Amino acid sequence: MEWETVIGLEIHTQLATVSKIFSGSPTAYGAEPNTQADLVDLGYPGVLPVLNEAAVRMAVQFGLAIGAAITRRSVFARKNYFYPDLPKGYQISQYELPIVGKGHLDVMQEDGTVRRVGITRAHLEEDAGKSQHEGHTGVSAIDLNRAGTPLIEIVSEPDMRSAKEAVAYMKKVHTLVRYLGICDGNMQEGSFRCDANVSIRRKGAEKFGTRAELKNLNSFRFVEKAINHEVQRQIDILESGGQVVQETRLYDADKDETRSMRSKEEANDYRYFPDPDLLPVVLDESFIEAQRAALPELPDQKAERFQQQYGLPAYDAQLLTASREMASFYEEVARAVPAEPKLAANWVMGDFSAALNKEGLDVGASRLSAAQLGGLLRRIVDNTLSGKLAKEVFEVMWADGSDADAVIEARGLKQITDEGAIGKVLDEIIAANPKQLADYRSGKDKLFGFFVGQAMKATGGKANPALLNQLLKQKLAP
Amino acid sequence: MDVTLAGLAAGLKARRFSSVELTREALARAEASQGALNTLISITAESALAAAAVADQRLARGEGGPLTGVPMIHKDIFCTAGVLTTCASRMLSNFVAPYDATVVAKLRAAGMVMVGKANMDEFAMGSSNETSYYGPVMNPWDLARVPGGSSGGSAAAVAARLAPLATATDTGGSIRQPAALCGVTGIKPTYGRVSRYGMIAFASSLDQAGVITITAEDAALALTAMAGFDPKDSTSVDAPVPDYAATLAAPLAGLKVGIVKEFFGEGLASEVEGPVREVLAVLTKLGAQVREVSLPSLPLSVPTYYVVAPAECSSNLARFDGVRYGYRCKDPKDLIDLYKRSRAEGFGAEVKRRIMTGTYVLSAGYYDAYYLKAQKVRALITADFRRAFGEVDLLLGPTSPTVAFGIGDKTSDPITMYLNDIYTIGANLAGLPALSMPCGFAGGLPVGVQLIGPHFGEARLLNAAHRYQQETDWHLKAPAGFKAGFAP
Amino acid sequence: MSLTPKQIESIAHLARLELKPEEISAYAGSLGSILDMISQLEKADTGNLEPMAHPLEGQVQRLRADQATSGNERDLYQRNAPQVEAGLYLVPRVIE
Repeated sequence: MEWETVIGLEIHTQLATVSKIFSGSPTAYGAEPNTQADLVDLGYPGVLPVLNEAAVRMAVQFGLAIGAAITRRSVFARKNYFYPDLPKGYQISQYELPIVGKGHLDVMQEDGTVRRVGITRAHLEEDAGKSQHEGHTGVSAIDLNRAGTPLIEIVSEPDMRSAKEAVAYMKKVHTLVRYLGICDGNMQEGSFRCDANVSIRRKGAEKFGTRAELKNLNSFRFVEKAINHEVQRQIDILESGGQVVQETRLYDADKDETRSMRSKEEANDYRYFPDPDLLPVVLDESFIEAQRAALPELPDQKAERFQQQYGLPAYDAQLLTASREMASFYEEVARAVPAEPKLAANWVMGDFSAALNKEGLDVGASRLSAAQLGGLLRRIVDNTLSGKLAKEVFEVMWADGSDADAVIEARGLKQITDEGAIGKVLDEIIAANPKQLADYRSGKDKLFGFFVGQAMKATGGKANPALLNQLLKQKLAP
Repeated sequence: MDVTLAGLAAGLKARRFSSVELTREALARAEASQGALNTLISITAESALAAAAVADQRLARGEGGPLTGVPMIHKDIFCTAGVLTTCASRMLSNFVAPYDATVVAKLRAAGMVMVGKANMDEFAMGSSNETSYYGPVMNPWDLARVPGGSSGGSAAAVAARLAPLATATDTGGSIRQPAALCGVTGIKPTYGRVSRYGMIAFASSLDQAGVITITAEDAALALTAMAGFDPKDSTSVDAPVPDYAATLAAPLAGLKVGIVKEFFGEGLASEVEGPVREVLAVLTKLGAQVREVSLPSLPLSVPTYYVVAPAECSSNLARFDGVRYGYRCKDPKDLIDLYKRSRAEGFGAEVKRRIMTGTYVLSAGYYDAYYLKAQKVRALITADFRRAFGEVDLLLGPTSPTVAFGIGDKTSDPITMYLNDIYTIGANLAGLPALSMPCGFAGGLPVGVQLIGPHFGEARLLNAAHRYQQETDWHLKAPAGFKAGFAP
Repeated sequence: MSLTPKQIESIAHLARLELKPEEISAYAGSLGSILDMISQLEKADTGNLEPMAHPLEGQVQRLRADQATSGNERDLYQRNAPQVEAGLYLVPRVIE
């Protein structure tokens, strides 16, 4: 039996505001418990919410970036349920009239094809606090510092057909919100997290299967693993004649399994109604246009430009624009070697990215500046360094932070490009190897490599290979 | 002379008595009255005397405004920093507010001296002050009768002359109905006119703070100090506050007063109808033109209210969960037990009834039929008022269908109790300012007349009430056994 | 209209209220009569009227500047708390 997987994602993006969505508490991560929870965040009797302008601005920017309709009159609603990390007994969210309507993102898959993922809506809401269950016996401990942090919940259509597609989409959203500067994207701190709605159906079937909602997916790797695990679980159920139950399941990364969340089962009558403490959010054209004007160049636009301006393949352009920092790093490197944008791309995506990944660093934390890498590439272009030597120089630069020219100077790595000097070396080698010369001239072409090897050995690998080849050919000719 | 707030302010200014003397007197009366009336949940003697001393210094320097040094009482629904704030509920019987409501801060800044916090219906849910965790308040005109509610403590305290002013709140008549039943003046301003910040919410789209006083003039003085835009309340309106006292004496010539036909039908006691109709003669004599108007959807205001208010209350009261403040049950065996028992033991029967009603009308499958429908009927009722204010300047009718009823008379049937607010709820649904003032007696018990104005029409309401009070003395009558004035 | 004991229990559960057996029947009665009273709304002809969520029409939400204005007042706020430890509010263990 062939099964098709259907996935929709709900991505919770914490907005990078200074203060909370409805209160003046700071949003900084990692403070002592409950020191960033004021009366509004604690749900004290008598207090009232007042909406943060920056949160509205950021939500609108996101909407514009996904080509969505911005709701001119959106409404906050209360989602009512009891939970210790939800101080008021309701979450202020948006229900019938979210601030961002239908939009979409074009997501490049691993095989280079592009799939359009529909975005149903994105709405503003407040985050809940956190419950700690460890370290206390029989009790849970509640920290409300996170309560009231602004979120946009980005709800996709069920448009994804594999865990890998879901991850590619999530990465695209991650890229986008960081481009926009509306989220720091820090998944470990929970700034960007995701719930996945997963179902399966027979290949070719039109009707969706019963879905399970997977919670607690806070890394790209977990999203992929949890979805794959859940798909297998559902296949096993259906193939053994069972039925999938609609439920919320929690992903346990330690055990790599999902399990039913009993606590969420009963609380599904949220009794949404418009929050009477907040008025409709009415946005006029000038506000929206101001946000449009403030948008940076977006990932897709930048990738397109990279293909045009630098003649890069789509794949390279996509990779280099994965973050704003990476893209501007690339552009600075490319400026150093204007005639060789592809060389610059290869180096940034290749040795440079590998070095970053090895140490788990972001571009921003790189040990080398774009100017330094550009300096290295200039020495390749002007034939000072061979590609092989350049790799060695790069390693030294990465290790001690020095400039390419300094490494070249100190290690005497400078390529020999002097025709006379190379010619002299060749003459000596040819003179010392008469037999090989004769054999070559009688048709043993392979011996060309023998002479190259000898010349490189004699010059410590520093002879310019192109020049060496050219001269050797001349000298070996009968 | 000392029968009103304005009179006391004049006395303070002329140094006939000091604020400390006045405050001592108010505190003594408060203490003495508690056994008979139970109007107060807290008496704040120490902080009151300190505030009075400060007021005296200000007055001695020739500083201070028309409210400086005058004792007053806050309804215990307003958060007062460092002072027990209970909302008359066991749920908050241990709750010391860490902050001041905007209304409290404003009146404090104006120099008023808080002597105590008034009893009320629990979470302002009730029309008789019988749902208080702290016991019922007795009506000073007849101790066997209720003072009305939910601001029963505020109204009874002013009627018994404990202080010339008490703050109050009105969600469906909770200022006007007790004012009527206790023979005092009460005004509920336009929704959004006075900040709701720090006022413990019952039904957010209906709640509005106001005052209970002896005279319309006093209400004008207090409202001028209380009203105004508050950045902490998104629903507060950013519009300038007029000096309500400045227009009190304006002539009423040409004022068009509409008699609301639907207010005078079945259910209105004739002993109430009589005095209310007599008000028309006084207003006509002052130059007003009286005509009948109809608000055909008004009879639907009670059912509309009993969907909207419980719905909002069910959500507003969800925060009382025994986790961060307030009552927590003993030895909860798990989280759900903590929630359920803390709330069951912390809330009284009427509050629970409204929470359940609200939970039901918002729940899946019923939302459209109840909540959405009620919101549409609310629009219908509001449209009726808008039409009426196209024809007249003020609307007039009774405040309550009956005079004060006996304690315990209506507690067994919630619907009978809810119908007490049949004339007052409309103004809350439409967000209109409305006022009740004494207009006579029936069987020795006060009768109140209600005036309703268009949005932000407080000045005209107070003006009409003041001119009426210049012609009559119903508002100056004090119940037997209580002094008529306030001075020491 | 009357509500069954089961309905009352489910409403009370949703509202997190513990009810004694005798309260269930009492609330079934009083909620039933309230719902009867509310049912008058059915006959109102509301046509295509917009539902009214706020008493003042035309008012729109004000936006607050994004500034952190609240300081740390944890000690003051936790004086009202039934059970705290190391700055955390404690509740019986939450089972997820």
